[in-house]
Amino acid sequence: MKENNLSNRQLLVLVIARVLMGWYCLYEGMVKVMNPNWSSFAYLNDSQGWFAGIFKAMASNPGLVSVVDFLNEWGLVAIGLGLILGLLTRVATISGVVLISLYCLSHPSLIEANYMLPSSETAMWVGKNLIFVFLLLILLLFPTGHIIGLDRLLFKKKN
Amino acid sequence: MAEEKKQSNKINRRDALKGFATLPVLGAFGYGMYKKWNAERLKKHSITNELGLDFSAESTFQPIAADGKTLRLGIIGYGIRGRQLMQAAGFAKPELIDEWKKGAQQNSNDRRYQDFLEQEHLNITINGVCDLFDVFADDAMRAAANVNREGTNGKMNPTAKRYRRYTDLLQADDIDAVIIATPDHWHAQMAIDAAHAGKHIYVEKGLTRTVDEAFALRKAIKETGVIMQLGHQGRQTDSYNKAREIIEKNVLGKISLIEVCTNRNDPNGAWVYDIHPEGNPSTIDWAQFIEPTNPHPFSLERFFRWRCWWDYGTGLGGDLLTHEYDAINQVLKLGIPHSAVASGGVYFYKDGREVPDVFQAVFEYPERDLTFMYSASLSSEYFRGKVMMGHDAAMEMENVLTVYPDRRSTRYKEQLEAGILDPEKPMISYIPGQSQVDAVTSATEQYFAKRGLLYTYIQGKRFDTTHLHIKEWLECIRQGKQPSCDIDQGFQEAITAHMATIAYRENRKVFWDAENEKIV
Repeated sequence: MKENNLSNRQLLVLVIARVLMGWYCLYEGMVKVMNPNWSSFAYLNDSQGWFAGIFKAMASNPGLVSVVDFLNEWGLVAIGLGLILGLLTRVATISGVVLISLYCLSHPSLIEANYMLPSSETAMWVGKNLIFVFLLLILLLFPTGHIIGLDRLLFKKKN
Repeated sequence: MAEEKKQSNKINRRDALKGFATLPVLGAFGYGMYKKWNAERLKKHSITNELGLDFSAESTFQPIAADGKTLRLGIIGYGIRGRQLMQAAGFAKPELIDEWKKGAQQNSNDRRYQDFLEQEHLNITINGVCDLFDVFADDAMRAAANVNREGTNGKMNPTAKRYRRYTDLLQADDIDAVIIATPDHWHAQMAIDAAHAGKHIYVEKGLTRTVDEAFALRKAIKETGVIMQLGHQGRQTDSYNKAREIIEKNVLGKISLIEVCTNRNDPNGAWVYDIHPEGNPSTIDWAQFIEPTNPHPFSLERFFRWRCWWDYGTGLGGDLLTHEYDAINQVLKLGIPHSAVASGGVYFYKDGREVPDVFQAVFEYPERDLTFMYSASLSSEYFRGKVMMGHDAAMEMENVLTVYPDRRSTRYKEQLEAGILDPEKPMISYIPGQSQVDAVTSATEQYFAKRGLLYTYIQGKRFDTTHLHIKEWLECIRQGKQPSCDIDQGFQEAITAHMATIAYRENRKVFWDAENEKIV
């Protein structure tokens, strides 16, 4: 089986990075799941920038808010598990890129933006979430789940 | 060939090792989560349970009784506060509604129009208006007619009559109750006359301009039995009720010092109100304006910015100390202090005003073993908030409540040592309506909003506290009950504020002789 063109060191660093990012997503998801009062309502309503109108409209629809809540809570948990275990790694990584890009769109790191809720750290236009998206894209381009991860067993037949 | 494929499809030991390599990470994660969860559970358990606090019980919304009587109101004074009170009662000028509608179109966070439409109908009509300035009186008439809460193109229903003298309004048969929002120097006389005319009264703070008036007004209310509510809308603030619960459970330990303050930094907040371009001796009844106070030639400044002069207003003591005092009084039941000293001066607004723009007052309550301290500046917005300092914990009391354990607390010694409590972190925070984001307009409004004086939250929905305060008064009239800020509470507020003002103006320590009910 051809594993990859990665050296052992490259592989090691990529796998550790994947696990750490998974850890972060899993934690973010778990604290939301465990807090019965958590809702995306305030975050959506606190949106600023070009797409603020769309997110605020979502916030004004209670049915939609509960869908967004569910997708956030369990989405983050699933992405986290996927990255840590290397399970359906590609799906987990792409989902992570989409979800966290939405955070970036709703809370863009505009210099003049003044968010009510404590949000991710930003260095002017570059915020933590934006960096996170690109780290996930690196994982997408240099996949490791099929080498170190459950994908290795899951996709064994195709190899 | 087939054999070879089968061979490669088989999961060997190497595959299993590599496949499950990262699984132990989940174990570490789970262990961490469990530890975190357990620590939080312990913390929660040890604080809220041990203290017997239940913050999940939110105040509930009580709609007005459907079979209640329609009350017919008169409004005396339609200046800045009069307008706000009429809005809180459900009546706004059509031009204002147009402005709100426009605001909502331009900014989706501008909820003034939506909030006003959603505000409960209080089952009242406005049958009389009285203002000494023709423009304001005319505005009040149009607001009173706007029963459908519509803009200028809406259908109006004029019900109100304009009275040029409040005594005539009080004699009208089609008026059950009055809202008095005039300058302070008219409060007492109008309220006393209203009581004798059998009209129920909502009167703005400060209750009276002088000490004697406070006694006379209390006598009139007690004798006539009319329902009076003093305009401290902070009585409706949800977090203050929770604060009471915290105090009753003795979470703070022995409280020895209470600090409250006022910090504003804009001309409007310093009472430099606009002078209306149409104000002149023919549109303003100046003779009636100065009737109960010292004579003075016609002055637009004094008419529109009356709070700056002792002849009409009560300064920081009556205007803003009273809000802070009443907030504390409703939680701690402090009553009238034993003594007061005060200091300050006109340090920033050197515009000819008499009342100080920086003002401090210190009240002693020896029977309660505590000092109540007020300090105010109208030229700095540096926020300090209301703080009750106890031996075991300190509480900041605004719309949000925050309780910090004291590093040297006896009661929480064990929890502090165990690291369950941290003096740097709140042990209790109560944030009603925390999911609300909103655009509030002026600096003065923001000041009031932060202090819980504009809005409160009931079951996550925002309510105008003034609306709730008026509603409480109306429901008490219908049911023959006493409202939360009745004459006894109002009397305590008035005497306390007067003690501070006298201490400042006479530059001496002032005492309250409780036995003889006299300021000495």
